[in-house]
Order: sequence, then structure tokens, then C-alpha cells
Amino acid sequence: MDATYTFLQHYWWLLVSLLGALLVFLLFVQGGQSLLFTIGKNQKQQKMLLNSTGRKWEFTFTTLVTFGGAFFASFPLFYSTSFGGAYWVWILILLCFVLQAVSYEYQAKHGNLLGKKTYQIFLLINGILGPVLLGAAVGTFFNGANFVVEKQNLTNIANPVISSWTSAWGGLEAAFVIWNVLLGLAVFFLSRVLALLYFVNNINDDEIQKKSRKQLIIETVLFLVFFLTFFVHLLVQQGYAVNPETKIVSLEPYKYLHNFLQMPVVLVVLLLGVVGVLFGIGKTILSATWKKGIWFAGTGTVLTVLALLLCAGWNNTAYYPSLTNIQSSLTIGNSCSSLFTLKTMAYVSILIPLVLAYIVYAWRALDIHKITSKEMEEENEHTY
Amino acid sequence: MIAEIDISLIDWSRAQFALTAFYHWLFVPLTLGLGIVQAVMETLYYKTGDEFWKKTAKFWMKLFGINFAIGVATGLILEFEFGTNWSNYSWFVGDIFGAPLAIEGVVAFFMEATFIAVMFFGWNKVSKGFHLASTWLTIAGATISAFWILVANGWMQYPAGMNFNPDVVRNEMKDFWEVAFSPVALNKFFHTVLSGWIIGAMFVAGISSWYLLRKREIKFALASIKVAVVFGLIACFLSVWTGDGSAAQVAEKQPMKLAAMEGLYEGGNGVNLVGIGILNPSKEEYNDDKDPFLFKIDVPIPKFLSYLSFGKFNAYVPGIKNILDGGYQLPNGDVALSAQEKIERGKIAVSALSNYHLAKADSALYANNADSIKNVLAAEIVINSEELTSENGDVYQAPTVDELYAAKKAEIQSKIADARKQIFANINYFGYGYIKEPKDLIPPVGLTFYAFRVMIILGGFLLLLFALSTYLSFKNKFETKRWLQWTCLISIFLAIFAGQAGWVVAEVGRQPWAIQDILPTSAAISQLTASSVKLTFFIFLALFTVLLIAELKILISAIKKGPQINEQ
Repeated sequence: MDATYTFLQHYWWLLVSLLGALLVFLLFVQGGQSLLFTIGKNQKQQKMLLNSTGRKWEFTFTTLVTFGGAFFASFPLFYSTSFGGAYWVWILILLCFVLQAVSYEYQAKHGNLLGKKTYQIFLLINGILGPVLLGAAVGTFFNGANFVVEKQNLTNIANPVISSWTSAWGGLEAAFVIWNVLLGLAVFFLSRVLALLYFVNNINDDEIQKKSRKQLIIETVLFLVFFLTFFVHLLVQQGYAVNPETKIVSLEPYKYLHNFLQMPVVLVVLLLGVVGVLFGIGKTILSATWKKGIWFAGTGTVLTVLALLLCAGWNNTAYYPSLTNIQSSLTIGNSCSSLFTLKTMAYVSILIPLVLAYIVYAWRALDIHKITSKEMEEENEHTY
Repeated sequence: MIAEIDISLIDWSRAQFALTAFYHWLFVPLTLGLGIVQAVMETLYYKTGDEFWKKTAKFWMKLFGINFAIGVATGLILEFEFGTNWSNYSWFVGDIFGAPLAIEGVVAFFMEATFIAVMFFGWNKVSKGFHLASTWLTIAGATISAFWILVANGWMQYPAGMNFNPDVVRNEMKDFWEVAFSPVALNKFFHTVLSGWIIGAMFVAGISSWYLLRKREIKFALASIKVAVVFGLIACFLSVWTGDGSAAQVAEKQPMKLAAMEGLYEGGNGVNLVGIGILNPSKEEYNDDKDPFLFKIDVPIPKFLSYLSFGKFNAYVPGIKNILDGGYQLPNGDVALSAQEKIERGKIAVSALSNYHLAKADSALYANNADSIKNVLAAEIVINSEELTSENGDVYQAPTVDELYAAKKAEIQSKIADARKQIFANINYFGYGYIKEPKDLIPPVGLTFYAFRVMIILGGFLLLLFALSTYLSFKNKFETKRWLQWTCLISIFLAIFAGQAGWVVAEVGRQPWAIQDILPTSAAISQLTASSVKLTFFIFLALFTVLLIAELKILISAIKKGPQINEQ
């Protein structure tokens, strides 16, 4: 039973990581929003950009919701500790996604109260804050957060709270840790890189093509600066190791470097991912006609983020370290659901390939027709 | 650190959740109902090839799209609020509650998100059949998502299929099917989705009536009305049936909620159902013997509440006072405990859980530090044996260190076993351990009572309205009945109001419980400051209100523009 339980904990960490990785890829929608006024110089171009990423926004949103739901079902102690503690970070993330949900539809409609521009600025806000905050929040998986978990507190009738936050900043204190900020910025510039690659693929317009390819160089440089700094630091920083026998958490120098070396498969996934991202970007910059960059860089992003998240939780690592009391740190073993629930949900997870299959099918059916200025001018058709 | 949970934190956390749920339920029912109507219309287009149906379907889809996004947005917040504001809840029952939320994401939201894009943007890009399938799959996704979230809600009202695990201090799922297909969850799903269908149907009938009043888009309006009123009538009938089932479940599983719905303080055998009434505001205590009503008229069928609740005209229905005092016979034959007794048992369960953990900590201490503990014990033996021999000259056989150590360990083990026994003997009353006094178990009676009446009366009215409209529209007389067109238009708001009232009954009526009998809201919350939650409450209030006004303005503008179908 113990072996099954351990396996399922790892399996669910893999699934949650995969959802997180897909989410980062799908943040190209946010990246596109943040570039709305950089690439789109007139209303017609902006409309094409909005219709390009706008027809995919539900995927990003749904992946975020499902990421939350899956985390809740498989690692409820994270859900309760982080969401209830890093309150302001999560509330800000929620607020900026609420703005996004309505803005694509509303900005294109008459009588929208706040005016087209306001909703486009909402999209810009979501495009910037979404990736930065999500990236910084993931940074705390490596750099820790300020909380304590004491399950016996439930028997204290006057104050029965199990997880409590020990910083008055409600999670915003993570912004004072430079490495979290670097990861946030890396995710932000990655989302812009992916957006440009998607524009190149999805919009049949010479001017947008040209501008996107040009802008790609700047965004790539910024992405690499932030990501590499974060990543090099990750490899040399201390990590939070958990003793599989005693369950005691302790600091281990070069923990994450060790994780990659001790899990060669994860290392290979990481390297494949990095190569995919660089190839997708590089070939797009070098060739003026090649449009498939998004698929290489997108797949690469999924693999890279997957490897990073696996590195955070697998190989006896505490994935949500507590800076207040190291023994409160969350591991996949002490924060997960029961064996029964993980097993039941594992059966449900069999549906995931089916879901991915119909998403790919429907996505292709739509994207086979590229965005053109002609379609934007058609009356009586639904456009943003 | 906060030493004690602030009452205003609980209230603001509840207010914030209620606010989000209230806004969510303004938009979602329209998605559920309108989704079916437009899918039926597109099916008519697919079958007949008549462009008229395509244009009709497309117009309703346009309104669907305006409404859809904000439902999604408020839904995201609801999901995350379980973590942000109800952190204790999320751990205590996350093992059960998280599953339906995750399944909702995997099986429902992706279906909705994938096919809604095809529905909106695929008209000229995919085949007619694929498009129709996408429209149906979009609404299927929305409905399946409603199923899973209502499974979660149903479980809070009637927790089933779980065990308490004292080691990790939470409830754990032991039977998935009991959770997913609990009778309460199923009933809740049908009743809630049907209420969405009614609202969607009323919306289509009402907006179409507006065109008739303005003498515009006549063909479009009459055709839409025909589809909508039939759909609405069916939904109303089914809703009466599921509502009846729901009342019987409340009677059995949540008797306090039923008593509040009826303003029933003193129950008995053969109780009448209150038709309309005004509660007596001077009634302050449940046991002050004041008449709870200033005025009331019962439903003319005698003993109807007993019949609706338990299927027998003479069945016993407990009132609020009876439930708190206990002593009556429950449907399963047991004698009901008093609230005080339940509170005491709850406190035993909670303190046994504390003892269990203290003993477990001792046990771990003994296991991990055997050598040093044995050294301490050895020192004790030396002292004891010296004293014994010096007093009476006899030499006692002092226990060895190992014997003493084993005895101490056995003592701890028996403490663990005792605590465990006490926990499980009282686990059904665990949540009562957090209740201060019996009267805290009474939900707000006024709100529950009036909301229930509003739901029932408006529901009955809508049924008659749909029946009459169906009759007149198939007799081709709807077009000339301006008063009926006005009534349909105004009734959009009544239908929405009825739906909100239903949720008030369900959620206010179960206070103080977050999970019935297991966890009260006071023990379910996150450790936040009340001022933080207050601030986010007002941020959400402002944001949702602005977005609601924007939505209404966009909707009105789109409706004014109309489907622009050439009149034949």
C-alpha cells in the first residue's frame, strides 16, 4: 500500500506539474495582450491581434481553473495553506483574470460603459500582471514562504485554524525576494516570445509578421537574461530536502542541481525543452518565412516548466518550503489527499488524453484558417 | 498572531462568498437555459436548412456570448475562495471536496472552452454537423460543470461517503459513488439546472415579447417564443417535481432548515404548510412562547407539510424548539438528542482528538528517545529501591528499566486507544463542539422563510405564465396579447429573483454549518484580518457591479439592434 501511495503522490505531482506547464505555454495569450499596443499600431492591426489570442483565452483560463482544482483534489494542504495565506497575491491574480474574462468580448461591443480603450487596458494589465504574479508565486516553490502548519490547532476551539501565515503582507512579501521576481519576469518575457511566435503562425498580415519577428529578438534577449540568472542561481542555491524515513526537512546545498543529476530523465526533459524553445525562436529569427516556431517553442516550454516543477517536488524535496518553521514545509507526502482519493482521481485522469485530443482537433479545425484583415471586415460574424 | 477568531471575520468571509455566488448566479442560469434554446434552434436549422433558424440561433448566441464571460470570471473566484477564505475547510474536507472540482475542470470546463470557440468562430470554418455538435457540446460542458459543482454543494448539505482520519485531522473519501450520486446531489443538480432553464426560457420569451411590443422582428420573435415557452413549461413541471423531492430531503437531512423555511417553532404531527405569512418581529428567543406569526394563511390542504416531508399526513415534523430540546422520535426510530447534548458530545470528540495527538506525541517521543528515557527511568528505580529497602528492611524486587519502559509505553498506547474510541463514539457531533450555545444552531428564520415563499410563489406564477403562453402561441394568439407580452418581459426579472431566492433558502437555511453537523463556518475559515476580507469584499462588489452594468448596457444595445432578419 505504501508503494502505491508513494507512486500516486508522484503521479499527481506529475499531473499538476503538467497542468502548470501547459498553463505557462498558454500564457502566450497574456503575452499577446501585453504586446497589443507594441505590435498593433492601428485599430485594424489591434483587432487582428485580439482575434488571434482572443480565440484562445478560454484555454488559458480553463487551464488555470483546472490547475487550481487538480491541486485542491491532490494536494489540499497546499490549497488551504497558500491560498489562505498568500491572500493578496492570489486575490490580485484572480482580479486580473476577471478583467481578462470580460474584456475580449466587451471591448468589441457597443454600449460597453467604459469604452473600448479601457477594456484593452484591462487586457494589458492582465497580460503583464498575470504572468509576473504566477511566475513569482511559482518562485516560492523554490524560495519558500512564510507560514506554519499545525493540524492539532483544530482542537483549539477559540482559534481552530490549521495553516497560518506569518507575514503581515499576505504573500506580497514574495516580491522582496529577487529570485521570485526574476522568475516572474522570465515567465512574462517568455509569454511575449510565445505570443510573437503565435502571431507569426496565426495572422496572415505582412506588417504584423515583420514587426513580430523584429520584436522577437528583444523579447528573447530579455527572457534569456532573466531566466538564465534565475536558473543558474537555482542550480547553486540550497534546497529543502526531506528525509524519506523520518520525514524531517533540512537544507541541502545544491539540492536542485542534485535533483537534476539524480533524476536523469527529468534532466533530459529539461534539455529537450530548452533546445525546443531555442530552436523555435532561433529559426523564426533566421528564416523570414518559417512559421512553425510556436510549436517548437511551445512544446519546449511545456517540457522545461514540467522539468522545473518535477525538480521542485520529486526526489524527496519539499515543494513549498516554510521559511518560518522548516518542519511545516509541504512535501508531496505530507500535503496530499488520501490513497483512496488519489486512486479515484487517477482513474479520472485517464480521460486527460481524450480531452487533449479533442482540444487539438478543434484547435486545428479553427486555426487552419488564418486570421486575415478580410475576415475582420466581415459583418455579421462574431469577432472581437 | 490573533488569539481568537474574530466574529466579523466570519461574517465578512461569508458576505464575500455570498456576494460572489450571487453575481455568479445572475449569469450562469442564463448560460444554462439560453444554451439549450440556441442549440434547439441550430438543430432546426440543421434539419430544415432554413437560414431563418440560423440567424435566429446566431442572435441568441450573441447574447449568450455577452453573458458567458462574466459567469466564467465569477466562477473562477468562487473556486479559489475555498482556499483563500475557507482554508480550514479546504484541508478538513479537501480530500472529498477537491475531487468534484478537479473533475469539473477536466471533463466539463475544457469541453465548454474548446467548443465555444468553434461555436462562435467556426460558422464558415467547419462543417454544419461539426458546428452543431460544438453548440451542443458547449452547453453539455456547462451542464456537466453544474453537475460536479452541485455534487460538491450537495455534499456540504448532506455529507456522505467519508471517514474521519484523526491522524491527519481531516475527513477522507471512502466511497466515490456515494459522494457523486448522493440523492441530495442529484436532486440539487436537476432542481438547479431546471431553474436555469426556466430563467433562460423566460429571457428568450421576454426579449422576444419586447420585439412584439415594438412591432419589430415579428417572425423571429414568434418563432423564438414558441421554442422558449414549451421549453420553459417542461422545465417548470420538472422543477416542481424536483423541488418536492428536495423538500423531502431537507426534512430528513436538515430538519432545522425546514423548520426555518416554515417559521415552525413548535412542531407536531400533521403540520400544515404555511402559504403566506408575516413573522412576528418581537419574537426574540426560540423558547419565549410568543406566536412566531403576526399573520399567516396555511395552504388549504390540511397537514400538507407533514405529507410533503415524509409522505404521511400524520407524520411528525419537528419545529425549531423541538430540534433544540430533543426528545422526539426520529424517522429512523431513535430519540432525538437535545442540542446541548450534541454540543457536549462534540466537545468530547474535539478534546479526545486533542488527547489523541498529545498521546501520539508522547508515543513518538518514547520511540525516538528510548535510551535517554530509560536512563531517566533507571534513576527513578534507584531512588525508589533505596527508599523501599531503608524503611522496613525487606528487599523488594524493583521493576527493571525495561519493564517500567514497557509499562509506560503500554499506558500511552491505551491512552491513544481510549482517545480514538471517544473520537469515533462522538464523531457524528464533531462540528457541534465549536457551537457555543444551542440557539447558535438556528439559521436566520426571517430570510429563509420569506425567500422560500418568494421562490414558491414566483415559481408557481411562472408555471402558469408558461402554460398560458404555450397555449396562446400555438393558437397563434400571442402576437395580439400586449398585456401578456409585457408580463413576459417583466417576468425575466421575476425568474432571476426566484432563482436567487432558492439559493438563499439553500445556503442561509443551513447556517451555521459549512458542512452539515461536521464543520460550522466559524471553524472553516482562514486566519485573515477582518479588514482584509472587508477590503476585498468591496473591491469585488465594485468590480462586479461595474461589469454587471456594462453587461446590461451591451445586452440592451445588442437587443435594440436586433437580429435584423428580413421580414417576409
